[in-house]
Amino acid sequence: MPKQNPRTLFDKVWDSHVVEKLPDGTCVLYIDRHLVHEVTSPQAFEGLRMAGRKVRRPDATIAVVDHNIHTTDRSLPIVEEDSRIQVETLERNVVDFGVPYFPLRDARQGIVHVIGPEQGISLPGFTIVCGDSHTSTHGAMGALAFGIGTSEVEHVLATQTLLQKPAKNMLVRVDGKLAHGCTAKDIVLAIIGRIGTAGGTGHVIEFGGEAIRALDMSGRMTVCNMSIEAGARAGMIAPDDVTFAYIKGRPFAPQGEAFDHAVAYWRTLPSDDGAVYDTTVVLNAAELVPQVTWGTSPETVAPITGVVPDPEAADDEAKRVQLRRMLSYMGLTAGQKLSDIPIDVVFIGSCTNSRIEDLRAAADVLRGRKIAERVRGMVVPGSGLIKQQAEAEGLDRVFIEAGLEWREAGCSMCLGMNPDKIKSGERCASTSNRNFEGRQGQGGRTHLLSPAMAAAAAVKGHLTDVREFV
Amino acid sequence: MTPFTILTGVAAPLPLANVDTDKIIPARFLKTIKRTGLGVHLFDTLRYDETGAERPEFVLNQPAYRHAEILVAHENFGCGSSREHAPWALLDFGIRCVIAPDFADIFHNNCFKNGILPVRLPREVCDQLIEDSKLGGNARITVDLERQVVVRPDGTEVHFEIDAFRKNSLLHGLDDIGQTLQHAPAIDGFESREKTEKSWMPAISVG
Ligand code: SF4
Repeated sequence: MPKQNPRTLFDKVWDSHVVEKLPDGTCVLYIDRHLVHEVTSPQAFEGLRMAGRKVRRPDATIAVVDHNIHTTDRSLPIVEEDSRIQVETLERNVVDFGVPYFPLRDARQGIVHVIGPEQGISLPGFTIVCGDSHTSTHGAMGALAFGIGTSEVEHVLATQTLLQKPAKNMLVRVDGKLAHGCTAKDIVLAIIGRIGTAGGTGHVIEFGGEAIRALDMSGRMTVCNMSIEAGARAGMIAPDDVTFAYIKGRPFAPQGEAFDHAVAYWRTLPSDDGAVYDTTVVLNAAELVPQVTWGTSPETVAPITGVVPDPEAADDEAKRVQLRRMLSYMGLTAGQKLSDIPIDVVFIGSCTNSRIEDLRAAADVLRGRKIAERVRGMVVPGSGLIKQQAEAEGLDRVFIEAGLEWREAGCSMCLGMNPDKIKSGERCASTSNRNFEGRQGQGGRTHLLSPAMAAAAAVKGHLTDVREFV
Repeated sequence: MTPFTILTGVAAPLPLANVDTDKIIPARFLKTIKRTGLGVHLFDTLRYDETGAERPEFVLNQPAYRHAEILVAHENFGCGSSREHAPWALLDFGIRCVIAPDFADIFHNNCFKNGILPVRLPREVCDQLIEDSKLGGNARITVDLERQVVVRPDGTEVHFEIDAFRKNSLLHGLDDIGQTLQHAPAIDGFESREKTEKSWMPAISVG
């Protein structure tokens, strides 16, 4: 057999899932895991029903409710009618089509991108899709994971495949050791700041380098989660012993001897020496300072020690117009110190930062402290199991005593599709992933940052450098 | 999917560039569970005022265009969010064909998945068609997919390009799923190979 060219992690996962290559280069790509939630699936199931089709692989599919649901008392019904209808529709669909499902009152319920890895559903080398752009999160397992539209959700339900063309390879290498007070969130915000929201267009990003290898799985998920904010089709991190230790014993992961066989296969996945990337970007983790966004695009990010930039300094008029609009929406002035910006709301949660490690990092800052009087806020765990774990560790007490609300699992204030919204003109320090206009509520202003930074901001009542706290 | 062969109908002029999917269907209408029913909200903010009354100046509110089946617009039609609700809203209103100088990728893709034909024609031609369509019901435009021509009211024909795979799908009303299912034996084969090669792979089931 001829020796194969060195291949990247993406190439290997892609190649091993091509069922057939069509004459124009489009591939029928096999999908190992399909995650389904209530917002983007109703029309897909309706389509199956109209065509008299079945779900081809219920045993490769998992459904959960997360976007629309309330994060308060779960014994109460969903008040908003259209949200309730979307949830009830999913519940009917999973019964009619035999799809495995974690209902609202199941401890395993949570944000779709949190529960996949947590349950051992998302595994290395897999192709994973979901009708949601932050499916990129699962790439932290060493999987090829990406978001799809509703017609594609239906396509996967019916055929367990997608029609796709391969992406280009991009390597983002983060060298060195992470600086004091910095986290995975700061790494990924700095990457987006460097390459821009279109920097990854057409590419799958592989994150590598010493600083990435040193991250735990939770941090790796944070990084991959936001690769979509850099415009990439997906983000991936090569699986290693950290990955395998994380997976071992999880409910839907292979067990016993099967696990060993799986690990043997997973060890073949990392990119070969000499594999070629279309684009390479290098960052030094040691130079990082905790990051915070100031505008309405994730690329408008700066170190907390910095100031709001001057739109007039931009090189072209279109850019100047855009920046002026951002500052006016955000209620900021050029030259203002970022650490002087007062906040009204703190949100610790979302598929970016709602895992137990994130909650611990926030609690470490908040322990024995109170949040500022002007601030209200909530902590929303990513899953019911994370909630249980946090309570076992006493983290809930830390948050409640500091003055924050301790909630049930869901997407919550990340996009305000449920009642958790910020009001027009309010400013939120948020651990989520998108700071678009109106994302957390009409007229609301969002600053993206790490959980520890959010906790520090809550205490001070304004954005602040967490390094004073830790 | 309804096949698209020849369409003769009224074209509505929408001489705007960068019509984004938020304009086509605002986010507040995404909580639906159906593909249908979005037509009344098509172009909601352009079409209705704060009280919900129709803005008489908006083209689709004018008697001649209430049953328009073709839309002619300017550059970068369908940019922004990937919501498939945008083509669903167009289709529900009755639009089967959008003609513009170019389209945003995902929207372009989503059109084909829903039986809408997006036609790319140079800006000058779009402007001519916009002039034609200003004649309202007196000027019907024909879009012939088989021959790849748009026929103007005066009979002049304009040729357009289209990907052969997509043309065939639209002509025969084949959806992607139907076509992929033609590869069912290959998918079956792939699955049975995986069963042996990756026998460690667990199944998901919740009791
Ligand atoms: S937490 Fe936010 S980003 Fe993540 S899936 Fe939910 S809505 Fe999307």
